[in-house]
Amino acid sequence: MNAFLIILTGSLVAITCGLLGCFLILRKMAMIGDAISHSVLPGIVIAYLVAGSRDSTLMLIAAAITGVFTTFIIEFLNKHGRLQSDASIGVTFTWLFAIGVILISAYAGQVDLDQDCVLYGEIAYVPLDSWITGSGINLGPRALYIIGFVLLLVIFFIVIGYKELFLTTFDPAFASAIGISVTLWHYLLMTMVSITTVASFELVGAILVIAFLIAPAATAYLLTDKFKTMLFLTVIIGVITSFSGYYLAEWINGSISGAMSVISGLLFALAFLFSPKEGIVVKRVKYGFKTN
Amino acid sequence: MESLLEFFSFSDHNVQSVVIGSIWLTASCAIVGTFSFLKKRTLVGDAVAHSVLPGVCLAFILSGSKNPLYLIPGAFLTGWLSLVLIDKIVAHSKIKEDTAIGLILSVFFGLGILALTYIQHTDYANQSGLDHFLFGKAASIVREDLLIFSVIAIILMISVILYFKEFMLISFDEEFAQSIGVPVRRIELLLTTLTVLAVVIGIQAVGVVLMAAMLITPAAAARFWTNDLKILMLLAALFGAFSGISGAYVSYTAPAMPTGPWIVVILSTIAILSFLFAPTKGTLFRLLKQVKIKRKIKDENTLKTMFYMGEELSSFYHPMEVEEMISKRKMQKSSLEKSLLRLKKEGYLEKEKTGWVLTKAGKEKGQRIVKLHRLWEVYLTKYLNIAPDHVHDDAENIEHVITPELEERLEKLLNYPETDPHQSKIPY
Repeated sequence: MNAFLIILTGSLVAITCGLLGCFLILRKMAMIGDAISHSVLPGIVIAYLVAGSRDSTLMLIAAAITGVFTTFIIEFLNKHGRLQSDASIGVTFTWLFAIGVILISAYAGQVDLDQDCVLYGEIAYVPLDSWITGSGINLGPRALYIIGFVLLLVIFFIVIGYKELFLTTFDPAFASAIGISVTLWHYLLMTMVSITTVASFELVGAILVIAFLIAPAATAYLLTDKFKTMLFLTVIIGVITSFSGYYLAEWINGSISGAMSVISGLLFALAFLFSPKEGIVVKRVKYGFKTN
Repeated sequence: MESLLEFFSFSDHNVQSVVIGSIWLTASCAIVGTFSFLKKRTLVGDAVAHSVLPGVCLAFILSGSKNPLYLIPGAFLTGWLSLVLIDKIVAHSKIKEDTAIGLILSVFFGLGILALTYIQHTDYANQSGLDHFLFGKAASIVREDLLIFSVIAIILMISVILYFKEFMLISFDEEFAQSIGVPVRRIELLLTTLTVLAVVIGIQAVGVVLMAAMLITPAAAARFWTNDLKILMLLAALFGAFSGISGAYVSYTAPAMPTGPWIVVILSTIAILSFLFAPTKGTLFRLLKQVKIKRKIKDENTLKTMFYMGEELSSFYHPMEVEEMISKRKMQKSSLEKSLLRLKKEGYLEKEKTGWVLTKAGKEKGQRIVKLHRLWEVYLTKYLNIAPDHVHDDAENIEHVITPELEERLEKLLNYPETDPHQSKIPY
């Protein structure tokens, strides 16, 4: 039962992140996703301190605010400070993440988060933290509800805004020509990424969220040219990742989220080598050994 | 205060090691980071930093020791591998660089975490302390570490001094470097190796997660102060060293505080202050300059408007009312009044009971703007063959920018024309 719950939670994280990741990598914003996943930390800690507990709603709101704030600072440094974009990203996320870690150390007594958990989460504890109603009925793991809710939110967002997201991703100039606000959808997407990050944060940690954001989407990208197919493949790859990751961790007795990200990397490597269209081995066999 | 004195008296040998170690680490990272900053590849440094972790863990598993002599080669190996993989992915697939960086970074880090937790769950003696690689522990630098760090830091600095010119060339203009016979690939290889080395020793101070800041932030902060690469590197190294010492001090006084994040926060604060307040390149300075220019343009437009009105009245020293000016040229009343007051202070206007009057200096200044405006219209129609009804807007902008030298050349080139394309007389 525990294994099932962990795999289920892992799959939900992978699917939620992966769906957004498809947009991120096509918009060449993978590293902004990386930055957001680090810089929501101070937001989370402050929400903790204000609420005095793990109030999920407040944390989601705080994360959304910090995430948008991060994007804003990065753009501000880039446009107004004339700092090149890679440096703007690097300066911003390390700064905010460092503040978050310091806050955790300073309020260690009041904040139920530790530095390691920040980095690689504690998905193994998911089944232990159940949501029990006032009348004493056990409804199952709390984290499952949170990530489930966020997944629904993300799916709702993508379904409602599919046309806008699609156009602003592939042809921003055309999108703004027909009256779609590129900036608005940019910030909406960033808000969703922030919310997803914070919901996944406790489970897989700051850095492994990036693995879930990028790896399944990148793998799917190598397997297809159609965007909708890419989204579906991402979901499937996410589930496979979660499933095999769990058993890999079980086998060598290590971190589950670490194992899941290793699997996601392996799947990418497979696609990179053997994808029917893009795989380098396949290309060599097809076109001979001279081409790249 | 007492602890500050105690800290800087270096009476404690450990403190000595920590301070010297932190300076070495942060300064050498800052220097090498300057080049990745210039090459706009700083995030690659972030990927290397994360990818170091599995190497450290594997080296530990294989050697069973935490001696940096074993861990550093391990770290170097996976750090290097990550760079190669990023380049391969970008070169051989449609995956873009940012995606490749994020992918390699997180997957390698995941592998590191897996290995780290594996070590923690298994009975390895003396494994505690490996997790210092996550957040750094400058405060735990001891004599033996110091020796190794110093050697690496010195190698880094000597290489940078020896190959300064080549590094500079490939950072700014790779093609040019190639064309004058610099062995670009080999130099690039050397620079990459140095970056990986810097990362490998830098993570001892701030840990893998914040390592990127050590490479990027000092250079980014220094960039606001200078255009000279040598000064830039020196400043970056100074900023790095300063935050290194401060971080070591914090973790000396409050051992529970993580050193790395403090170093980074101090560095970032320096960067933010530079970003806001640095002369000429700082945001505040540039904003002020913009405000000044906007005011200058407004004032010139006010004088120009009054000159036009004077032309219509054939008397330039006639009192004019604010409303009249607004009906002549669309302006906001409050901003016009402020402009009038400024011009009065500068001696271009005087206020009389029935309105504002141009002084002689004011009339001349207004006249010059009108002259430039009309000359430019002539120039555009005559030399660029632009229709006379299309030249006004352009002249409206350029009239504020033309310098006296350009003005003279324009007059000579056009040979002092009498009228502009709209048959208005050009006032000389």
